[in-house]
Amino acid sequence: MTAFRMPSLGADMETGTLVEWLVKPGDRVKHGDIVAVVETQKGAIEIEIFQTGLIEQILVGTGAKVPVGTSLANVLSDEEAKAGTAAAVVPEAGAPPFAAIAVPRRSVGPPPPPIVVPPGAEGRMRVSPAARRFAQRLGIDLAAITGTGPASAIIRADVERIQAEAMPPKPKAAIGLNLDAMREAIAAAMARSKREIPHYYLQHDVDVTLCEEWLARTNAARPPDSRLLLGALVIKGVALATRRFPAFNGFYREGKFEPAAVIHVGVAIAIRGGGLAAPAIHNVDRLSLDDLMVRMRDLVQRTRAGRIRGSEIADTTITVSSLGERGVESLYGVIYPPQVAIVGVGKATSRPRVVDGHVAVRSIVTVTLSADHRASDGHAGALFLANIGKLLQEPEKL
Amino acid sequence: MLQATRQSGITETTYREAVREAIRDALKRDDRVFLMGEDVGRYGGCYAVSKGLLAEFGSERIRDTPLSESGFTGAGIGAAMGGMRPIVEVMTVNFSLLALDQILNSAATIRHMSGNQFGVPLVIRMATGAGRQLAAQHSHSLEGWYAHIPGIRVLAPATVEDARGMLWTALQDPDPVLIFENVMLYNMTGTLVADAGPVDIAKAAVRRTGSDISLITYGGSLWKTLEAATQLAAENINAEVIDLRSLRPLDDATIMASVNKTRRAVIVDEGWRSGSLAAEIGMRIVEQAFWEMDAPVGRVCGEEVPIPYPSHLERAAIPNAAKIVAAAKAALGRD
Repeated sequence: MTAFRMPSLGADMETGTLVEWLVKPGDRVKHGDIVAVVETQKGAIEIEIFQTGLIEQILVGTGAKVPVGTSLANVLSDEEAKAGTAAAVVPEAGAPPFAAIAVPRRSVGPPPPPIVVPPGAEGRMRVSPAARRFAQRLGIDLAAITGTGPASAIIRADVERIQAEAMPPKPKAAIGLNLDAMREAIAAAMARSKREIPHYYLQHDVDVTLCEEWLARTNAARPPDSRLLLGALVIKGVALATRRFPAFNGFYREGKFEPAAVIHVGVAIAIRGGGLAAPAIHNVDRLSLDDLMVRMRDLVQRTRAGRIRGSEIADTTITVSSLGERGVESLYGVIYPPQVAIVGVGKATSRPRVVDGHVAVRSIVTVTLSADHRASDGHAGALFLANIGKLLQEPEKL
Repeated sequence: MLQATRQSGITETTYREAVREAIRDALKRDDRVFLMGEDVGRYGGCYAVSKGLLAEFGSERIRDTPLSESGFTGAGIGAAMGGMRPIVEVMTVNFSLLALDQILNSAATIRHMSGNQFGVPLVIRMATGAGRQLAAQHSHSLEGWYAHIPGIRVLAPATVEDARGMLWTALQDPDPVLIFENVMLYNMTGTLVADAGPVDIAKAAVRRTGSDISLITYGGSLWKTLEAATQLAAENINAEVIDLRSLRPLDDATIMASVNKTRRAVIVDEGWRSGSLAAEIGMRIVEQAFWEMDAPVGRVCGEEVPIPYPSHLERAAIPNAAKIVAAAKAALGRD
């Protein structure tokens, strides 16, 4: 049996509120299934499970706010599930009707006397006296509550939680999109970034005329919803350049830089009404442009609806921020710790440019780099930016 | 007769010195007071509590007795009934069983049997507890047995302040008072205000406030419990620690106020589990606070064996911080 735990969805996350279970005891799950929705300061996040097997028991009820690492559910492997079923079908002859259930505990020093919680009568819920009386007073149905006390008993705090949920409809901002909390999270992360990370900044003007021509040709025959955008080319270009310059891809933690083995590009997405999230698209360097575009559309839609998956915000290795459509020519991002770089992409503007000895009107995008000077130096940063520019001269190869 | 008031400087002292100072103070204040017991005079007491008192007060008031607990405890009872204020020292609670007949059938009963014509204003001090490798005939914690007896008051000073202050208040009681001094505390140091004096003996003390669980204890276990509370705090569990101070009568009000707040309790008692003082406290919690509880009441007690002689087994036989931490976490459903 393994525990499915509250995941850490970012360096600053300490607790998460379980807002929805998408599975119940007895359900089969496999690696990658979305099993629960957790609300964090960043919004509601869909949580994937990385075990395959059978959900044996849900340990934390909806509405509970628990620390990162708390066991949320027990998962049985297939073998265990089989063994368990067999045991249930053929009970051991002569076994006492009620085996004592010892509350599990970590052993510290000499084994302490077992604290034994007597089991309740068959089919009876385990409810603490305080919880029982409190629920009775409020007329709350205990059957709807998942206990968090010893041996999963319902305790008073569990009832209080349900009561809080049942309270006159909290102005429930579209589930998970709590803009105030998001603002707080942004404030904390950005303040930490500027406090701890010695940023350096570089700028490079990239001629994207060839990209635009290629896009025009490629998109001409496509319906609007499958057309490619310049942004996808730039993100792909960044991912490919990152492969050659690993010093910009990874995390700075506990005094040292850890390069990441994969390239998960965070895409900064503005949220209507304020706020910002930068969920990741995984393995961008290995995605085709079409796949990348599909992922980007899906991500923007889900982010604005407040449904981001846990794995999309926990493991971003580098971020790309673009305010292009809003009409600024360049922007310098603030690095999202513990990442070490953010690439800023400005709006494409027509500017005079010398091409083959003649002045020509070209489409130019200013690409910037904000990078962590603890992990890399300006020279490497310049080569990195130049490489992005170079890759964008051959859009058909992206 | 309460709390020492004016604070005229703070001194560091040991528990042993605090008990000695309490006896000296009582001898000076009231000439009806005298100390009697095995080796309390020339030898200075087997735990050196009364060292120097014979020279200071003379053999009339610091009286060595034969090895006869029943005899000298009975003599103390007679002296008390006759108007004296004796302090009887019994070397350890194990030996007090020889005097149990005197304590139960005489001291605790005479006010009742005589139709309130006689009382026994006697104080009996004795050592209790394990930890000094004195083996199974010198190391038990039987104060819970005495707390069973109506007609006497049972005290367990855990701090130097209480060691200094409880004796005089006990001597003012018109009925017998037993004071249990845990042997592991004699060398403990603590601070006392220079004019420290008598303290209240009716109330339990909250030695650490907390919100998540009540750890209820007394005597030598108090310090292990406070250590456990510190460890629990590191895991974000905020434990309240109650020092009972008086084992009979129990201060139910303080216990219930704490449990009503925290909804969980673990009782730490060096005595054997079955029929222990911890059992009594647990039962009172069930009687008085059942509807407020969020978890079964837990207990950390002495193992049900004669206290072993080897040091590692002796330590394993009595409560320690790790056991208390584990019991507290079990009550919170934390592993």
